[in-house]
Amino acid sequence: MLTGRAFKFGDGISTDHIIPGKYAYLRSNLPELAKHVMEDADPTFAARVKPGDFIVGGNNFGLGSSREHAPLVIKMAGVKAILAKSVARIFFRNAINLGLPVLICNTDDIADSDILEVDLKAGIITDKTNSKRLTFGKIPEVMLHILDEGGLLPYIEKHGDIKL
Amino acid sequence: MGKTIAEKIISTKAGGDARAGDILVARVDLAFVQDTTGPLTVRQFRAAGYRTIASSLKAAVFLDHAAPSQSREMSNDHTLLRDFARETGAILSDVGDGVCHQIVAESLAKPGDLIIGSDSHTVTAGALGAFACGMGSSDVAVVFGLGRTWFRIPESYHIVVSGKFSKGVQAKDLVLSLIGQIGADGATYKALEFGGDSISQLTVSDRLTIANMAVEAGAKVGIFPSDEITRKYLVEQGRGKDYQPITTDSDATYERTISIDLSKLQPMVSQPHTVDNTIPAKELAGTKIQQVLIGTCTNGRLEDLEIAARMLKGKKHHPYTRLVVTPASRKILLAAIKAGYIETLIKAGAVIMPPGCGACLGLHQGVIGDGESCLSTANRNFKGRMGSAEGFVYLSSPATAAASALKGEITDPREFL
Repeated sequence: MLTGRAFKFGDGISTDHIIPGKYAYLRSNLPELAKHVMEDADPTFAARVKPGDFIVGGNNFGLGSSREHAPLVIKMAGVKAILAKSVARIFFRNAINLGLPVLICNTDDIADSDILEVDLKAGIITDKTNSKRLTFGKIPEVMLHILDEGGLLPYIEKHGDIKL
Repeated sequence: MGKTIAEKIISTKAGGDARAGDILVARVDLAFVQDTTGPLTVRQFRAAGYRTIASSLKAAVFLDHAAPSQSREMSNDHTLLRDFARETGAILSDVGDGVCHQIVAESLAKPGDLIIGSDSHTVTAGALGAFACGMGSSDVAVVFGLGRTWFRIPESYHIVVSGKFSKGVQAKDLVLSLIGQIGADGATYKALEFGGDSISQLTVSDRLTIANMAVEAGAKVGIFPSDEITRKYLVEQGRGKDYQPITTDSDATYERTISIDLSKLQPMVSQPHTVDNTIPAKELAGTKIQQVLIGTCTNGRLEDLEIAARMLKGKKHHPYTRLVVTPASRKILLAAIKAGYIETLIKAGAVIMPPGCGACLGLHQGVIGDGESCLSTANRNFKGRMGSAEGFVYLSSPATAAASALKGEITDPREFL
């Protein structure tokens, strides 16, 4: 069971909101890069986020670049899962490859700073602030296996290949 | 039952009968990285214990996003990537050669190929009849090691093109209209497959512009059939033997069909800060712009520089609007010099940048400042994309960009044609 605070964002949070291209020169210095997480969506986010918190988005979360550094800096900030109404394809695959769950659900009723409880196995999100319960959509089995191993690299280390 | 082009290519590479919705492991023909995603790929490749690149795979490393490097940090990343290419035998495309997607089109992609790259605009190679999609650094690292990965076969949208472009309307206007119509997530996880009688009027340059932006509607791939136009292009690139015809089946299943009549299109602009926020250029008349960027992997080809040169010949850009030009490759730059386009553009006051990604991603070579607006022929206008989160990026065709550079404000190019 994961418990943390919701940081609510709107629709269309792009990879440039999450970690802009102007910081590409910091991508081999991850601690420095991670200081800029979500900077162009909310400049106060990096200072306020705590390990265990959640990012809650709207439609098409993570659109844009293939930069895996986008889910990576979110993971480095201690965020345990991203909740969104829909997610862009490459971002989704990148997040799972890093062992960061992306849960597709109707996020309309979640308000900023709500306390959420997420049961990944049961597929249930409970908003402790407004007492509402949400379910999230299934993800393909191959991605579940990758997520279970903690990401693509640990998965490959264990299995040596991609097994369907 | 017949197959879409996406289903056909994955079926061949997976050695099975691939249908939309299936998840299969397929052999990859070409995998590549660029200089902002490649260093993480190299680290993940090594962390996974790989030492050599899978023998069945063509692998390439492109130094194009910071070309030449604008910082000590990027220079160190370039060293890492050059060393990796030398150690593994991966093809190295060094600074000045051009944007990865343009070089892939000129030298590497073949109709029927399965291509992945750690860059979202990898979709560009779909113009040649390849299944080409972007993935992240870890995925490419594993493909470098294994030569294969898993794919979910996308459902396809059939984009059926008819009619003829009217004067001043270009391929970019087609794709901006399409994205405006279906939305920035209108084709998420889908394949956009282009067809219809009028694709025979679209040059490979046009097709590259269109396929390049498939990802801006959320699509996994944007694919054209390969045909006589593709074959001629490959012959021009000195690799006619790479041609094979790739077509859809007449009874293939499409999730959705969208018809586009070229004769009904007009010059379009995407307004800040989303690509689907489109409007006819003429409705933005009077919108002042401080910079025009013509070039990049979306519109930095010879035909694009030609129309810009033709419109700017003997004139000067507006005194309050600077003009930055970024050819997509060395080959294009050289051809544009020989054709006189570069001289024309320089005389019109343009700053010519080396082939590469330039200012498109806000790293260097034309970054905009707070409150500034840039009209760009690139593919993205997200908040902060070109450097300042307080800046504004508009997207258009090269013709609209050139007309706007002359007037200092967003201008329908038909005023000058």
